[in-house]
Amino acid sequence: MIAANKNLQFTKIQELVYELKVAEVMTKNLITVAPDTRMSELRGILRDNRISGTPVVDGDRMVGIVSVEDFITWLIRGGVDCPVGQVMSRKVRTLFADEPLVHAVSKLEEHGYGRLPVLDRSKNTLLGLITKGDIIEGLLQELQIDYHEEEIHRYRASHFFEDMIADKITINFHYHIHGKKIEQGGEVASDLKRSLKRLGIHPDIVRRAAIATYEAEMNVIIYAEEGRVDVNVEPDVILIEVRDRGQGIADVARAVEPGYSTAPDWVRELGFGAGMGLQNIKNCARDFDITSTVGRGTTLKISIPTGTKEKRCA
Amino acid sequence: MRLSEIAQTLTLKVRSAAGHLDTDVLGGYASDLMSDVMANAEEGYLWVTLQTHANIVAVAAMKELAGIILINGREPEKETAEKAEEKNIPILVSRLPAFELIGRLYDLGIPGLRADAEES
Repeated sequence: MIAANKNLQFTKIQELVYELKVAEVMTKNLITVAPDTRMSELRGILRDNRISGTPVVDGDRMVGIVSVEDFITWLIRGGVDCPVGQVMSRKVRTLFADEPLVHAVSKLEEHGYGRLPVLDRSKNTLLGLITKGDIIEGLLQELQIDYHEEEIHRYRASHFFEDMIADKITINFHYHIHGKKIEQGGEVASDLKRSLKRLGIHPDIVRRAAIATYEAEMNVIIYAEEGRVDVNVEPDVILIEVRDRGQGIADVARAVEPGYSTAPDWVRELGFGAGMGLQNIKNCARDFDITSTVGRGTTLKISIPTGTKEKRCA
Repeated sequence: MRLSEIAQTLTLKVRSAAGHLDTDVLGGYASDLMSDVMANAEEGYLWVTLQTHANIVAVAAMKELAGIILINGREPEKETAEKAEEKNIPILVSRLPAFELIGRLYDLGIPGLRADAEES
């Protein structure tokens, strides 16, 4: 398990060193010196900027590089003040800004360099400097971005309730169905679906809640015109209650029978009122309960467990 | 098969969400009853129907269908097309009746629900 993880991490970094370009991780705010900068000034420049080497630039052309090693060699040879141009290394290996990071890694490794100047491929001008530190920082930043995205994703995917501390948690979504035209049917279900998705509830459970709510919403619009939908989301169950003050259902037992419908013709022509709605709701729910009084209205209560996929919604 | 390829092959006219034809069609379902589609159509399926009112868009959006094909040269109502545009649900129009259209979709390899349904 640990080995597999290590392997995965390794692969990710490998992927990144091929993906990232030298330009993305190099240091751009360059400290440079001129060939005629005095060696006596160099120590101060390196110390003040906390760097161990710097490119030597003549106009916009890089002519060499001077490092702490060069400085020490100069000291051993007597330390007689002279221009940097006489001490610097002239044979400088360079990188182009558009090369993948892996080239920088291998060049630094191969020659034991601490830094490599980065040039623009077309103009050959100095753009920046890359060190092992820059590479490590660039990789860490990229991994950090990945990790952050992963974290957000995971959070959305399942940890919403786990992060809440309470003896009982209930999130309530309330919707009003008020004098809607039949063409507007489905808006409550659609809003609820989006909200449940945001909570990170399993797509299959969200689908069930949306289907059940859609059917109940259409029933209210067709038979009652006005009603309310209350959805209580708890860590392991979604409770949906749809209440209206419509005409009521005379025979609830028959209403639940597949194919039984009292819908008027115009509703049937639109493809509603086929006697399937309550059956659909029942199939999506664990607990299903209708209470109705003729002339007073109807209340539908269902529950959908969020943890399991025990029953297919169809 | 992509919805755009199906539209081209069967010369379907696009009436909404023309920018969303790049989706993979996973199967097809034919019905004129909303509750039937709510119960049985699957995500990514193409829905063949003669209904032209705005509720078809709500149903297709809820079920995350790939699109709707209207048969017999039926045109979506104005409100339907507008809502479909808003919800990115492609509505396509065929001059063929349902039976002929579905036959051609089958020929293109678009499967129906549960291929083994007839055996059980």
